[in-house]
Amino acid sequence: MALEDIVILNEKETRAGFGEGIYELAKTNENVVVLTADLAGSFKLGPFIKEFNNRFVQCGIQEANMIGMAAGLTIGGKIPYTTTFANFSTGRVYDQIRQSVAYSDKNVKICASHAGLTLGEDGATHQILEDIGLMKMLPGMTVINPCDFNQTKAATKAIADIHGPVYLRFGRPKWPNFTKEDGSDFVIGKAQVLAEGTDVTLIACGHMVWKSVEAAKELAKEGISAEVINMHTIKPLDTEAVIKSLTKTGAVVTAEEHNIIGGLGDAIAQVAARNIPVPQEYIGTNDTFGESGKPEQLLKKYGLDTPNIVAAAKKAISRKK
Amino acid sequence: MTNEQLKLKSIEYRQKLLTCIFNCKAGHTGGSLSSVDILNVLYNEILNVSPETFSSPIRDRYIQSKGHCVEVLFVVLADMGFFPESDLLTMNQYQSHYIGHPTRKVKGVEQNTGALGHGLPICVGTAIAAKLDDQDYKVFTLLGDGEIAEGANWEAAMAASHYKLDNLCAIIDNNKLQITSTNREVMNSDPLDAKFESFGWAVREVDGNDVGALKVLMQSLPFEKDKPSLIIAHTKKGKGISFMEDVLKWHHGVPSAAEYEQAMAELEAAKAVILEEQVASLVNE
Ligand SMILES: Cc1ncc(C[n+]2csc(CCOP(=O)(O)OP(=O)(O)O)c2C)c(N)n1
Ligand SMILES: [Mg+2]
Repeated sequence: MALEDIVILNEKETRAGFGEGIYELAKTNENVVVLTADLAGSFKLGPFIKEFNNRFVQCGIQEANMIGMAAGLTIGGKIPYTTTFANFSTGRVYDQIRQSVAYSDKNVKICASHAGLTLGEDGATHQILEDIGLMKMLPGMTVINPCDFNQTKAATKAIADIHGPVYLRFGRPKWPNFTKEDGSDFVIGKAQVLAEGTDVTLIACGHMVWKSVEAAKELAKEGISAEVINMHTIKPLDTEAVIKSLTKTGAVVTAEEHNIIGGLGDAIAQVAARNIPVPQEYIGTNDTFGESGKPEQLLKKYGLDTPNIVAAAKKAISRKK
Repeated sequence: MTNEQLKLKSIEYRQKLLTCIFNCKAGHTGGSLSSVDILNVLYNEILNVSPETFSSPIRDRYIQSKGHCVEVLFVVLADMGFFPESDLLTMNQYQSHYIGHPTRKVKGVEQNTGALGHGLPICVGTAIAAKLDDQDYKVFTLLGDGEIAEGANWEAAMAASHYKLDNLCAIIDNNKLQITSTNREVMNSDPLDAKFESFGWAVREVDGNDVGALKVLMQSLPFEKDKPSLIIAHTKKGKGISFMEDVLKWHHGVPSAAEYEQAMAELEAAKAVILEEQVASLVNE
């Protein structure tokens, strides 16, 4: 695909992609059960609850109990999807996930909305920037952060087809929706090369993928050829795709709505260090809690925006030997 | 304060918090309105704390566990003189300290809260600290009735009675609603009184929107020696505004300009009634 071909179809919330995806999935997979901790509205679960009420488990404000119940449902052959905000999906219930889900290899799908800075006004208590790190460190955990509505919908359905625990991370705000409507461009564990380039590789996940596309378009105007990779699956990481691209471009920028300690960037750095060391620049928050504000204000403050990705790309290129 | 003065205060707080939410276009309206009278009585009648004594080791502690209802807390703290009321004009704005959940960057706030189910365990710790130091300050927390579903509350409830923390008082804002629906439908926690009593607490129930009754009850703390105290405060979510009372969508709802004006007018009318009653009682005397 070429950069010019990447166009915004519409703007939609990624969490709404979950709501649509789970509804469609439930029609074809009768083992799917959805649990929530008093956040059915935030996950757009209305249609699912209406049609599949018997497969909906309202847990109340009991995240730890919800994870435990989900683990138990798998013992009865169900495929439980748990739903709460990203902070309460991970940090709050880490031991439940670690012992009862990951260590026990349970087929639980932990679905987390309101991830990162972009949930906005609620501020730091609700803005987890450590969740990718927490989850990718757990043995056997698949970690996916799709880039838009269509892809979140596709991922919601696809994770039912793989056995084992999954962390599916998405967000609150409306965001450019540009991947294929039928989701056929999404394969778990397979990097999505959105645009090929030769000077620098931009590797991003979640909301930052669109920002990277924008950055690549800016760079193109200045004659810089950027390869854009949507690394929606952070674990298991498509190392082959990373090595191939870095071998070609010799410089990389990683972009994530997450702490640069322990996130996507560190995962890429590890692949680079072990296979093809190249200059790397990180876009992400740096060892800080979030704060209150409008999504765009916060992204700008923490440097998670297009101009900063452009600047980071130039810096990475300038550091090539 | 007299009961009339307290009632007028509650109206003033309701007006101010609605103005705050209306201005910043975000907020937890229903749960702030339901707990106005509780915070009013706490701060104006019960708590031994002020801007001057906030760093004193013997001040009473209030930790708001249902942190999402930050608007009522900030309005009351401003009224207590912890910071200028005009600060609240920056509420929820980028780089303001006055954000959607309590933070210690705001003077008068003891503890950052917002993730539900954290307040009671923290208060148990603070109450133990008071006992260790032989101090008789009291520790208060406000919990949501939906929040009570969190398991950590029940661990803390067990610990509080194990350590005989009669210097601890938990208040449940029992407004019967949470985000998705009624507590009964989402996760039934009834009967709360029997549950807490069986955990070793001294339990009292009160109309949580009746400032006079709240005052009398809180002045009688601790309810029993060697037992933590629980107040089940029966309230209405959205209290004081006819179209918000007991209506789910006002959990996080922001009034339109017309709704805001109507709400303010209703509160003005309520104020007028109290003032008239006051005049009438003076005439009768
Ligand atoms: C651990 C946790 N889970 C979920 C939420 C999201 N949340 C915010 S308010 C709320 C409902 C609270 O209901 P209740 O305790 O009854 O409070 P009130 O009715 O007084 O607003 C929920 C689920 C949260 N803040 N913390
Ligand atoms: Mg409630």
